[in-house]
Amino acid sequence: MRFLELDRIDRRWIFLVVGLLVLIPLLWPIGLPIVPTTPVRQYHDAIAAIPDGSTVLMSCDYDPASTPELGPMAETSLRQLWDKRCKIVVTVLWNGGAAVVDQTIEHVADEYRARGVPLKDGVDYVNLGYKSGNEAVMVLMGQGIASAFPRDQHGRVTTQLPIMRNVTDYSSFPLLVNISAGYPGTKEWVQQVNSRFHLPMVSGTTAVSTPEFFPYLQSGQLRGLLGGMAGAAEYEVLRKERGAATSGMDAQSMAHLFIALCIVLGNVVHRTRRKEGASS
Amino acid sequence: MTISGDFGVWIAALLTLCVFSFLYKDNPLYKFAEHLFVGVSAGYYIALNYWTVVDQYLVVPLRATFDGSLPGGPFDARMQDYRAWLIIPAVLGVLLFTRLFTRLSWMSRWSLAVVMGVYAGLKTTGFAQGDLVAQVQASLIPLWIPGNLWASLNAILFTIGLVTSLLFFFYSREHKGVLGGVSRVGVWFLMISFGAGYGYTVMSRVSLLIGRFQFLLVDWLHVR
Repeated sequence: MRFLELDRIDRRWIFLVVGLLVLIPLLWPIGLPIVPTTPVRQYHDAIAAIPDGSTVLMSCDYDPASTPELGPMAETSLRQLWDKRCKIVVTVLWNGGAAVVDQTIEHVADEYRARGVPLKDGVDYVNLGYKSGNEAVMVLMGQGIASAFPRDQHGRVTTQLPIMRNVTDYSSFPLLVNISAGYPGTKEWVQQVNSRFHLPMVSGTTAVSTPEFFPYLQSGQLRGLLGGMAGAAEYEVLRKERGAATSGMDAQSMAHLFIALCIVLGNVVHRTRRKEGASS
Repeated sequence: MTISGDFGVWIAALLTLCVFSFLYKDNPLYKFAEHLFVGVSAGYYIALNYWTVVDQYLVVPLRATFDGSLPGGPFDARMQDYRAWLIIPAVLGVLLFTRLFTRLSWMSRWSLAVVMGVYAGLKTTGFAQGDLVAQVQASLIPLWIPGNLWASLNAILFTIGLVTSLLFFFYSREHKGVLGGVSRVGVWFLMISFGAGYGYTVMSRVSLLIGRFQFLLVDWLHVR
């Protein structure tokens, strides 16, 4: 029976089909509906609830490898914060991330400047750059942000920056926005900062690590959670933006449908084979 | 369609295609991209770590401390990062390199002991506060929430899942009878969570592919 030979198919056919299913919707979007889920709404609402003009801590703990998933959510978060006229203090705990995060910040800041909003580096935002030490840095920041990051990404003395005048430690921030690709990231911020310094936090994570953080959402340790590209796309829909995540979701859905079909077919073939083996 | 004129974009695009060629079969183009990536990454991260960690947080502060350019003396705590105390982590860091010499390698254990001690302390207290206590607290929820049937069903389902999954990992008795039945329910809950985890993993991997295709289409070929 030819159907039973499906499990011997050259896997390169599967690669080709996945490739086409991803490529075609990127060229000709289908426009499948994207409905924001509760964790994403909570993320959006937690940021919306902080007072306008607050200074917010944003830790972007990722590197170029995770940019397709986390870049869009970092951009949308920056836009939501700047729409509220918040000042943003950015830190990076991944050594390959500081430059790519800087690029993201400047890209979004340029959008605002083009619209006539004069965002100034060091006044409205600052990228304090990368510091090694993982959890130790988080604890050190609790004793003083400037002592943990004496200089910013561009080598300027942190204490001399206007944005840092009212920033001492975690008590200076109403919210921590964490964009996390793994270790160190959301888990460590919850363990070392949220539970110890009681700083409310929301998190955007890579899809592969998202299931690990749902217990934190249920317990209220996280006020909101964005999971992977789907979470980023839902967030963009809530913000009425059409970014890279939204435009990638048709491709994502088509690839998922095909993989689900492969799993079902694989199980059918496996069960049929087993039955045939038992009866012969 | 106007193709990008940026040399860097061309390099990235061609290397992406070299890596994709592995999906057909292993070939010299893929090997070239792989070796180039490993070599460049190693060099890049060594340079990055030196300039963003060793130089910024050790060499510069130590130099400024001892060349007399700062007031207050080398051990003045008011100087924040400019403290001569940094000599201690500097020595511990150098000791790590004694692993390269067989007769002196025992000295690197002192540095490792400090690292392990600090992180064991941080991890233990962090886990106890952030996971153990908070999660146990969050698991103690009322099963019946008046006026909210959906939330009540959710709470009951959550509690059944929690108890049966925990009992699955109870190995002091053979999984037979009531314990066997309960732990079988726990297995179902675990399977559903593994399925969700697999789904999210697929999403992550497909996102990477989408990211590369978006780069090729938008940044390189300027298609959209």
